[in-house]
Amino acid sequence: MDYVNLFVKSIFIENMVFAYFFGMCSYLAVSKTVKTAVGLGAAVIFVLAITVPINFLLDEYVLQPGALKWLGAEYAEIDLSFLSFIMFIAVIASMVQLVEMIVEKFAPALYGALGIFLPLIAVNCAILGGSLFMQQKDFGGVSESLVYGLGSGIGWFLAIVAIAAIREKIAYSNVPAPLKGLGITFIITGLMALGFMSFMGIKL
Amino acid sequence: MNFLRKQLDKAGENFKPGSKFEKFAPALNAFDTFLFVPNHTTKKGAHIRDAIDLKRTMITVVIALLPALIYGIYNAGAQHFGQTGEAFTFMDAFIHGSWKIVPMIAVSYIVGLSIEFAFAVYRGHEVNEGYLVTGLLIPMIMPVDIPLWMVAVSTAFAVVIGKEAFGGTGMNILNPALTARAFAFFAYPTYMSGNEVWVSEASASKVDAITGETILGSLASGNEVSYSFMDMFNGAIPGSIAETSTLWILVGAAILIFTGIGSWRIIVSGFVGAAVMGLIFNAFSVNALMAFDWSNHLVVGGLAFGVVFMATDPVSAAQTTKGKWIYGFLIGFFGIMIRVFNPAYPEGIMLAILLFNVFAPTIDHYVIQANIKRRKKRLAAVQA
Repeated sequence: MDYVNLFVKSIFIENMVFAYFFGMCSYLAVSKTVKTAVGLGAAVIFVLAITVPINFLLDEYVLQPGALKWLGAEYAEIDLSFLSFIMFIAVIASMVQLVEMIVEKFAPALYGALGIFLPLIAVNCAILGGSLFMQQKDFGGVSESLVYGLGSGIGWFLAIVAIAAIREKIAYSNVPAPLKGLGITFIITGLMALGFMSFMGIKL
Repeated sequence: MNFLRKQLDKAGENFKPGSKFEKFAPALNAFDTFLFVPNHTTKKGAHIRDAIDLKRTMITVVIALLPALIYGIYNAGAQHFGQTGEAFTFMDAFIHGSWKIVPMIAVSYIVGLSIEFAFAVYRGHEVNEGYLVTGLLIPMIMPVDIPLWMVAVSTAFAVVIGKEAFGGTGMNILNPALTARAFAFFAYPTYMSGNEVWVSEASASKVDAITGETILGSLASGNEVSYSFMDMFNGAIPGSIAETSTLWILVGAAILIFTGIGSWRIIVSGFVGAAVMGLIFNAFSVNALMAFDWSNHLVVGGLAFGVVFMATDPVSAAQTTKGKWIYGFLIGFFGIMIRVFNPAYPEGIMLAILLFNVFAPTIDHYVIQANIKRRKKRLAAVQA
């Protein structure tokens, strides 16, 4: 039951986009059509679900104060937590590289459509945010961090697919000229967050 | 009528292209089409003409809203006198309620319509009739005692951000009336919850203990409910102005379904979704809200009003037939879930509808994609 709670919570209540407004750059840029949005969303799910558990292990056995105890008693004093940003980013960047190679090989059309935003997942704040929230949340085990990473990814996926569908729909709307494009997208994001407010404050 | 026609034509001279008030022509046209059938003729191409235009559609919805509104006005008075303990007749209650609610309706129409007119004149499009419904819905889903300036601010927010930014009637993504209520709810939470806002002038009453909480509000704080199923169904309970009486809302629903304006699929699947979720919670029944009988869940709070009048809004709802079933079901399902799980928002149906307004285009997209896939498969089977 704990896992289910954590999963639901990370998808809806602590939605990366609507609760923290994380990962906005690619969220705004790649949400013009549902097809590319699904592709990028899937990539984010994959990267988050892999990097959060790996970073959890790193944090647990290398970075935390006293994490190096398993090497021997003389290492118990060492605190490497100042390295966590750079280590997390390194893990994320290598994972993104992997995703990029997979997408290029198996879905070249999607690779072309995503363009620069696929490698830019490496600096997507939703991904680093996932790892940093994981560090803060003090998970009990690697499976919890996996569930959390997966849930956050799915939350981000839902958000980008929903806004992409809306943007496809409002292609026919008579939006005032100054608001066309990004302006109206920001307004839509705000209104969507209003809808997601329904989950704020739910205690699971 | 002839006199009116002549006056309008005379005034129309000043608004002709090239004359002084050319820019303001949409404002005059709005009055014209409001009073008379427009005599446009189709210039070219084959067209199907139907008597059901936007104006007829909107007026039908307004008519469907009237039973619930009239009962709501009466109930606002009845709750007030019930609270103070005075004896009252139907007319007393109705007059007291009118003093409260008619100004709200006036404010909502004045603010909303002036924004609509301003946008129409400025952007050079015609004034649409959509606001006739929105402007009536906004006061109907507000608490009785909300200050009028809040009605005005939330109306302005809903019309400008929720609707005109997208290009006006028919192009918005969220239901504008619900946007107004959600705005008021999050911007002025103290006026939208608690036990003093749902009964008019409750705090001024001479009784010490005010029992003016909504049923869901008191359930969420763990109290017993003293109303019977029939009370809740008839609507003699505290709550937003027009949402209390399921009976009169169903009369409105019958009008909507009979005239084909509201989608019966959304209404039916909305109630089914709520019932399913209610049954699931009844099976667990850990706290007072979960143990609250599923049939009661259907008649309290904004569920009936939301499902009948808000979820069926043809603009923000799902457009495909299959999508409508899914959309309605999810609204009912999540509405009850938010109501039970989220102690902060016992009136969760409003937020559930907003949430699925957001997801309606996604639902449509996948329904259409599934359709395309199926047809492609059929084509392949035929060709093989």
